[in-house]
Amino acid sequence: MRRPLGAIGATVLGLLAAIGRLALFVGETVSHLVRPPFYPREFGHALVQIGYFSLPVVGLTALFTGGALALQIYAGGSRFDAQAVVPQIVAIGMVRELGPVLVGLMIAARVTSSIAAEIATMKVTEQIDALVTLSTHPMKYLTLPRVLAATLVMPVLVGIGDIIGIFGGYLVGTERLGFNSAAYLKNTADFLTRLDIISSLVKGAVFGFIAALMGCYYGMQSDRGAMGVGRATKSSVVAAAVLILAANFLLTEAFFSA
Amino acid sequence: MILLSDLHKTFGTNAVLRGVDLHVPRGESMVVIGGSGTGKSVLIKCILGLITPDSGTIAVDGQDVTRADRDAFLARFGMLFQGGALFDSLPVWQNVAFRLLRGSLKRPKPEAREVAIEKLRRVGLSPDVADRLPAELSGGMQKRVGLARAIAAEPEIIFFDEPTTGLDPIMAGVINDLIREIVTEMGATAITITHDMASVRAIADDVAMLHAGKVRWSGPVGQMDDSGDPYLHQFITGSAEGPIEAIR
Repeated sequence: MRRPLGAIGATVLGLLAAIGRLALFVGETVSHLVRPPFYPREFGHALVQIGYFSLPVVGLTALFTGGALALQIYAGGSRFDAQAVVPQIVAIGMVRELGPVLVGLMIAARVTSSIAAEIATMKVTEQIDALVTLSTHPMKYLTLPRVLAATLVMPVLVGIGDIIGIFGGYLVGTERLGFNSAAYLKNTADFLTRLDIISSLVKGAVFGFIAALMGCYYGMQSDRGAMGVGRATKSSVVAAAVLILAANFLLTEAFFSA
Repeated sequence: MILLSDLHKTFGTNAVLRGVDLHVPRGESMVVIGGSGTGKSVLIKCILGLITPDSGTIAVDGQDVTRADRDAFLARFGMLFQGGALFDSLPVWQNVAFRLLRGSLKRPKPEAREVAIEKLRRVGLSPDVADRLPAELSGGMQKRVGLARAIAAEPEIIFFDEPTTGLDPIMAGVINDLIREIVTEMGATAITITHDMASVRAIADDVAMLHAGKVRWSGPVGQMDDSGDPYLHQFITGSAEGPIEAIR
């Protein structure tokens, strides 16, 4: 009886300790926002790496998802004689949910993994220690620029993803399903509200924060050796993906629960 | 200059440092020797604040390092890491001039580049290396770049962690000579960690041997061979027979 209880207790304590460590990490990261020195070159580099170089994967993901969504809504809608709602549902589906979530997950795959592997390797090869001896705070130099850049650039990526996703639906709708081009665009524009767009961009910022933060956190916590780097990379992507999906639920609840 | 008193550090159940006392006078070159896992690297990481000791005091110029202004304290140090620890994403000259491109020692970029190239020259590397990435250099060249970075800001205190590990004997000799020359001409206080007895004889003014978490023997390098300490004798001669267990 005592052994299972002990195991449960140890698990709960471990979980609480992990939450505490993460909370301290977040607090320290945010505190560096207002404490100089700042590293604008690192920030600019992170903006390009996270934003510009993610455009192809974001664009392709959104394009195919928008197209597939149009086909599914048309096929499903035809059962209720409601094929005409394709433009509206594609727009709302992309902007409210699929755009931010898919872009967030693609960024978790591309950016979180790369940040975690880079920082973990720096730790293994004593580059983090070298930064400290060169009077440079690793959180300031490595973590803050990446987290800030991801938080600021993700709404832009999500906005682009939303537009390309809607365009994917438009292409399928007009070229394959026989929708009138002008009517499709008008229905899309008329149906979307300001709240839809704001929620999409806010989700983007939150997901960007989570994605970069998880990469930095697991990179900094990495154990020594190749196995440590591999474990840090895997854990960062899993944690980022799960937290993005959980945050998406909470944000959807906050924005749209009547 | 550097005074360690009763320093303790334990990782889990492994007590690595068990009361280390060490004095390194200003301008002296101290070499710390000892078997693998005896806490040599932990010792210098404690001094730099990279690892927090469990107990004991570390004073530099009489000031407790835990109470010193961190940036000003670190600005007095240079460090050559065992693997070089060069930043992969930066070209060689920006690695060397890292400290001069940011923070309190910041200088204009062209000036920082000039200093970097001069330091590269000082360690025997030509200016055309400056724009290469660290991954494009051999192990020996990376060590020299690490050395150039350690001395770029003219530190008062320099630490060398296993400076010749992984190098062929000729390159190891070149690095040893460079370290001795640079420490002498800069008048810096140096602590070097090594297993390499050729390095000890080339670099050291004084030697301290760590064993079982304490300083087993310390004294001038000239007295090392006649110390009469069986542990030190075994280490110097590299014998498998003696009081130090070969399997640790």
